[in-house]
Amino acid sequence: MEGIVDFFREPWTFEFMQRGLLAAAIVSAVAAVVGSLVILKGMAFIGDALPHASFGGVAVAFAMGENLYVGGGIAALLTALAIGYISRRGVIRNDTAIGIIFVGAFALGILIVSRQDNYTGDLFSFVFGNVLAVSWNDVWLTAVVAAVVVLIVLLFYKELLFNAFDPTMAQASGLPVAWIEYGLLALLALVTVIALQTVGIVLVVALLVTPAATAQLLTRRLSTMMLVGAAIGVASSVVGLYVAWHADVSASAAIVLTATGAFIAAFLFAPGRGAVWRGGAGSA
Amino acid sequence: MSERPDGPSDWALDVRDVSAGYDDHKALDGVTFRIEPGCLAGLVGPNGAGKSTLIKIILGMLKPWSGEVSVFGRAGRPRAGLVGYTPQVDLVDWEFPVTVRDVVLMGRYGRLGIVRRPGARDREIAASALERVRLTEMAGRQIGELSGGERRRALIARALTQQGDLMLLDEPFAGLDAAAQHDLISLFQSLVQEGKTLFIATHDLSCVDEDFDHAVLLNKHVIAFGRPADVFTPESLNEAYDRHLMVVRSDQSTFIGL
Repeated sequence: MEGIVDFFREPWTFEFMQRGLLAAAIVSAVAAVVGSLVILKGMAFIGDALPHASFGGVAVAFAMGENLYVGGGIAALLTALAIGYISRRGVIRNDTAIGIIFVGAFALGILIVSRQDNYTGDLFSFVFGNVLAVSWNDVWLTAVVAAVVVLIVLLFYKELLFNAFDPTMAQASGLPVAWIEYGLLALLALVTVIALQTVGIVLVVALLVTPAATAQLLTRRLSTMMLVGAAIGVASSVVGLYVAWHADVSASAAIVLTATGAFIAAFLFAPGRGAVWRGGAGSA
Repeated sequence: MSERPDGPSDWALDVRDVSAGYDDHKALDGVTFRIEPGCLAGLVGPNGAGKSTLIKIILGMLKPWSGEVSVFGRAGRPRAGLVGYTPQVDLVDWEFPVTVRDVVLMGRYGRLGIVRRPGARDREIAASALERVRLTEMAGRQIGELSGGERRRALIARALTQQGDLMLLDEPFAGLDAAAQHDLISLFQSLVQEGKTLFIATHDLSCVDEDFDHAVLLNKHVIAFGRPADVFTPESLNEAYDRHLMVVRSDQSTFIGL
């Protein structure tokens, strides 16, 4: 009996685990909120592109001795604006433009890092994530940015919903759809920045997409999808950190794989919509 | 079409010499026609005739290169409160997590302005629109659970909450079976009796000939407009569709096609 209590309590006796849990929970919750809009608008590829592009900014900031978050944030915002601008021009296909921009920015990051003689371990924590290395300052920054993002989503919920569901009618109704598009990209850039250290560039898209997609299978309104997605994100963080602690594996990978497991369970067994109940054929 | 002595403000829709397009491509060329208030009007023409472009211009989403559109005598944007709009069913993501009630309420969003939430009055208007199209019992369902005919009615309810006296509907009959189409036409006719003006883009020429008050035959320019029986002549149809269409009318019904 004591063994079980210890199993659940032991990880949290360490402050770095407490910090890691807070950071991971906050990030995955807010990522699911913004991620709900991202997947409904078919923007998952942009959700992968922004973290990669931000690496260019992180590397530039590293080389200049500036704050890595600020560097990554600026690069993510610039990339978001460039994607928004190009997709409105419509000269080349949207996904082609995204591919060109983010790979370019990512390669710039690699180029700069390859010229650095000093220790680049910090930079690698951005690529693969190192949630157990976050400081209290990181946790505070994460909390503030997350609060700003959630506040903006609450304030403009009506506009974000309308533009995601029916952009044509939203435009016909006189809503400033271009501003809403840019705004959503900016929110995505903010989430990207705080998600970098938690799960790393490669896995940010998983926090955006997986809990939200799981929630979509379980809900029928955007607002509940956001809430359920956030809850799944938080639960994945808790479970993932337990797994990481007891099995001595990467925390970010464990968090993401827990979320993946939740998605597979929902995909198979979601009430009314699960593949099992629909005969596995996947037809509606 | 009869002359209306009361001046231009009397027309539900007055399109004057509108030319428009995208980049170098001209989609509409000197389009001119008028629609009286309180009638059921059809917009017909082959694919690529510019029907969608014309709808965008009437909604104020696209600026014409030249010419002018007036809705109930008012030119230019904004048209909130003047025009209700129903997009093509194919353009709507029916898997989207919204309830039928949520969708209908969106018709109010254009009037609310940024940030403001819909209030009790908006909810009442949405509820009565749902009642009007007989979807009250489905209000809490996710929109994907609706049948084909119900989906059209949900979008029409949304257009009703915009409270415009002119309603634009983009291909509401596409993909519907005959019974559902018949129900929809009954709904349109009762809306017209309540004073609405409906302007409906469709490919169903026979249906327009049988049940509509007016028709606009479009192929980049207006080939004919007025009463369907006057518009759908073999000559006009030939010009619009660039092939010979058969027109067979009996007392009860019309067939127009190949």
